Amino acid sequence: MNGLYDKIFKPKTITLANGHSVTKQASRTPLVILILVIAVLFSAKVTGVNFAILRERGHQFFVILSDIFHPDLSYVNKGWGPLFDTIKMSIMGTTIGCAIGLPVAVVASSNVVHSKAAVSFVRFILGIVRTLPTLVIALIATFVFDLGTFAGTVAISIFTLGIVAKMLYENIETVDMGAFEAVEALGGDRARCFMSAIFPQVLPYYLSTCLYCLELNLRHAAILGYVGAGGIGLTLNEKIGWREYNKVGTILLMLFCAVFIIEHISRYFRKKLV
Amino acid sequence: MNELLEKKLSEEPKPWKRQLLAVLVVVLILAWSSTSITYKGVSANGAALAGNILKGIFHPSTDILFNLTTEGVAYLLLETICIALLGTIMGSLIAVPFSFLASTKIMPKPVAWCGNVLIMLVRTIPAFVYGLMIIRVTGPGAYAGVLTMSICSIGMVSKMYIENIENLDTSILDSLDAAGCTGFQKIRYGVLPQLFSNFVSTAIYRFDINLKDATVLGLVGAGGVGAPLIFAMNSYRWNDVGALLLGLIILVLLVEYISTAIRTKLVRG
Repeated sequence: MNGLYDKIFKPKTITLANGHSVTKQASRTPLVILILVIAVLFSAKVTGVNFAILRERGHQFFVILSDIFHPDLSYVNKGWGPLFDTIKMSIMGTTIGCAIGLPVAVVASSNVVHSKAAVSFVRFILGIVRTLPTLVIALIATFVFDLGTFAGTVAISIFTLGIVAKMLYENIETVDMGAFEAVEALGGDRARCFMSAIFPQVLPYYLSTCLYCLELNLRHAAILGYVGAGGIGLTLNEKIGWREYNKVGTILLMLFCAVFIIEHISRYFRKKLV
Repeated sequence: MNELLEKKLSEEPKPWKRQLLAVLVVVLILAWSSTSITYKGVSANGAALAGNILKGIFHPSTDILFNLTTEGVAYLLLETICIALLGTIMGSLIAVPFSFLASTKIMPKPVAWCGNVLIMLVRTIPAFVYGLMIIRVTGPGAYAGVLTMSICSIGMVSKMYIENIENLDTSILDSLDAAGCTGFQKIRYGVLPQLFSNFVSTAIYRFDINLKDATVLGLVGAGGVGAPLIFAMNSYRWNDVGALLLGLIILVLLVEYISTAIRTKLVRG
């Protein structure tokens, strides 16, 4: 590819003052920009982009938005139960997902497990779990476990597992292996080596990832509710269905406060950990 | 020698009290959070259903998988890619002013704080609520998906932009100042080269996520692979679900692979 490009657009040869000559490859930027422009124009055609409609009907966007920004504060009292359900679901799901994620990540890291087949098999499964859309996991969970908070917890655990395991095995592969080899030389088995040599190195990162996932999962609450997996998302979906956007605003405000508080707590601990 | 070692060992701080407290707190939180989660058992025909789902997903229906009309997987995925591409580009362009507004390095602290709260507000409203708002403007279809996706991208993208801006090396600006550069030259030669590759890398990363999140748009009928997928799931057509998911998973893994390669190249220069 590079060679072909250089043949079409000849590299510039610059002769220096001392007689040496250096070649400067032609810039790739025009090609990249050209491809990007073509892609954008094509996409605009496929998706039917139309800016005139924005000018004509743009005000419609603010109809719901203004309702949301006039929250019906009397509804707050009814929101506490579902909100705490959501928080509990997120905490429980994140914990389970992170707990399963640790051993899975160990098997997926090529410097601890030397069997290539096992590593690539686990990574393949993780890849599929990660690419399955949240919505699909949640929907399948509600089909299998009935509507309710348990299905939500299962769904959260599964997608937490995907994220945590991936981030963790990438981290495990970058640790200093000296200590691992030392324990191995002293006659420790694989598990012992991992626990005493690698685990302490990745522990802060692991805990920090878990906290990050907790934040992420709280934000997913709305989607979980949509498929009937319990929590405040369910209430939210119901109010959207009734077009009571003032109450939607209230729920979102409560969710916002919860996310804000938990984000600050977790950021505090993450700063201490890393 | 041994005495010295023992003395040193006894001087080592003993964090067990703090550790015990931390474990206790975590256990309490877990106990509290398990109170509202009730296991009602696998639903009546849940086990059979799970079997059906797996069977369907592993036997994707070939007539929509290899169908080249607008109903087929190929076209739906193409539409999804187009939505994600335009949405990502628009979103990451809108995120630029947001992130400059919210970074403490450039703005005074109160302004930056307000900017941060604004970004959090934008992030809190879930994607399908934005979808509902947009559909009032454009009507259902792929264009609504583009607009929804661009709004949903703003939050995360500007958060990552802010981190890049905070890591900006300002000593370069000082040296450009010393060399007598104008404000424009300082931005062109001092700021842009530092930020550009990181910004592009962030946008490419967000493109990955947008592809994966395209299913959410389907909830409100905003185009792409989402709506057919959800209809198929709700009507238990698991073979169709299998075909659509197979396409989506292969697409996402492929794009992830390519974008990781591009991003490593961008970051290493």
